[in-house]
Amino acid sequence: MLNLQTNTMIKPLGDSALIVQLGEGIHPAIHEKVKNLLSLLSEHPFEGSIECVPAYNNITIYYDPALVLRTQNKTEKTSFKLVSAYIQQLLQQLGETAASAGKTVTIPVLYGGEYGPDLAYVAEVNGLTTDEVIQIHSGNEYLVYMIGFAPGFPFLGGMDERIATPRKDTPRLAIHPGSVGIAGKQTGIYPLETPGGWQIIGRTPLDLFLPELSPPTQLQSGDIIQFMPISTDQYNEMKERRQ
Amino acid sequence: MTIQVLHPGALATIQDKGRFGYQQYGVIASGAMDSYSLRIGNWLVGNSANEGALEVTMFGTSLQFEKDGVIALTGADLSALINGKPAPTWRPLLIRKGSVLKFKAAKQGSRAYVAIAGGFDVPEVMGSKSTYLKAGIGGFHGRTLQKGDQLPYGSKFTKLNEKVLHHLEQIGAPVKWSVRFDDVLQFGKQQRIRVLSGTEFDRFDAPSIETFFNETYTLTKDSDRMGFRFNGAALSLKEPFELLSEGVTFGTVQVPSSGQPIILMADRQTTGGYPKIAQVITADLPTLAQMQPNATVQFEKITFEQAEQELLRHAQILTEIQLGIRLNL
Repeated sequence: MLNLQTNTMIKPLGDSALIVQLGEGIHPAIHEKVKNLLSLLSEHPFEGSIECVPAYNNITIYYDPALVLRTQNKTEKTSFKLVSAYIQQLLQQLGETAASAGKTVTIPVLYGGEYGPDLAYVAEVNGLTTDEVIQIHSGNEYLVYMIGFAPGFPFLGGMDERIATPRKDTPRLAIHPGSVGIAGKQTGIYPLETPGGWQIIGRTPLDLFLPELSPPTQLQSGDIIQFMPISTDQYNEMKERRQ
Repeated sequence: MTIQVLHPGALATIQDKGRFGYQQYGVIASGAMDSYSLRIGNWLVGNSANEGALEVTMFGTSLQFEKDGVIALTGADLSALINGKPAPTWRPLLIRKGSVLKFKAAKQGSRAYVAIAGGFDVPEVMGSKSTYLKAGIGGFHGRTLQKGDQLPYGSKFTKLNEKVLHHLEQIGAPVKWSVRFDDVLQFGKQQRIRVLSGTEFDRFDAPSIETFFNETYTLTKDSDRMGFRFNGAALSLKEPFELLSEGVTFGTVQVPSSGQPIILMADRQTTGGYPKIAQVITADLPTLAQMQPNATVQFEKITFEQAEQELLRHAQILTEIQLGIRLNL
């Protein structure tokens, strides 16, 4: 279902979910639309709605078709059409809504050494010194476009291409939680121990996944983050304080 | 009251309907692979539909009950034995103090559910008792059962649980009836699974689309609660393209560069970046989840309206099953 007026498309993801496409590619302006629609959806939930998952340029909306059909008027035939019609209505208000700005989070990182075994490689590939890599990586602000892959894992935009580095040929079997890595033009932080092929340049003492808290993650879609280089002593001190 | 784990078997975890509302934070939904068997099992013992139950995979699990209690065994036929004798399934059972329940071999299907009156006493994490293995949260200490574990249960014993217990004690023998589930759930070595077009259906080349619906695909051994990996004729795109990660769901059929389809299951990641050729209809997810390795599947495309009708029809049948159980107890 393409709506030319709002330049959006709604497509089914099976019989119990749909995707609202708000643009193409990765761009802060499209992300702004994602944030605004998400905020409209949380202010005006529909009966049968289960949850929403924002991505770079779209939102997946999960719902219970039986509940949608039971509570809405039956002029439309399917739950997909009913939910789509509701979303189209919300989209009309999209321009007038501004979601609250995300928070800015500083992520302390101990770069290099044992915790950042690939820092030297990233420097070498890009013809830089390790200090320059650290400076570039911690010099930018990054937008959290979405959380996915693992609880609290941020998909970040805004990395300087001067430190872009291809993934490792053979992924590591286990990457320590808190590891900060680079894969191609992306940077990210591993919240849980997982296998992975990213070039690991440092580690944060922060816990990104906080299952006892609400929300359960340090970072959310829409946040701005900044990396702050710290020393081994500072890392150990922060780690101790968290225990 | 506790259940002692004598042998954990291949994989045994506590699961309820799943953890919803947290996928935007990357927290996976989890939950029972076969939600129909979970619900029916809970109804049979007098629990609410989505109470946590034990999901037992394939074989080897062995449990000892500390006190008398009421259980129901639903889902796969894993040759359950109670004190060495075949255990009746799909009905409420009185289990006596000291009894040993053992799952000997996977005869039909791959996941059995042990529902217990009063539920398992494990804390809800983010609103759910489901075990999330990778994050180590939910269920019994966030992990699969291990030998020697003492599983607490029964603290939420309600009037309805009591009614079932009294009924069983009064008749003094296993009930003669059992739930007929074959209208909503099938077990077999060859399955027909109905799908809708996936979001990147049109990106696949014509021979691949034809192959996908005409050939059979075999479920491989490296399939688990996260994803079912299939082997068969490889599928290819008209031309390669880059897809950004976006939300996926239970039953999403994605095709990585190997060309072999993977169906995302209960423990799927919240987002994925592989092209999606199809989406299994919600009504067929329990049947899919019960497939054993080496079983084959034939995918059949149906319309959106048919998928929704099937879902509503199943919901109706399940409501009738629930009412039938109430009348019998």
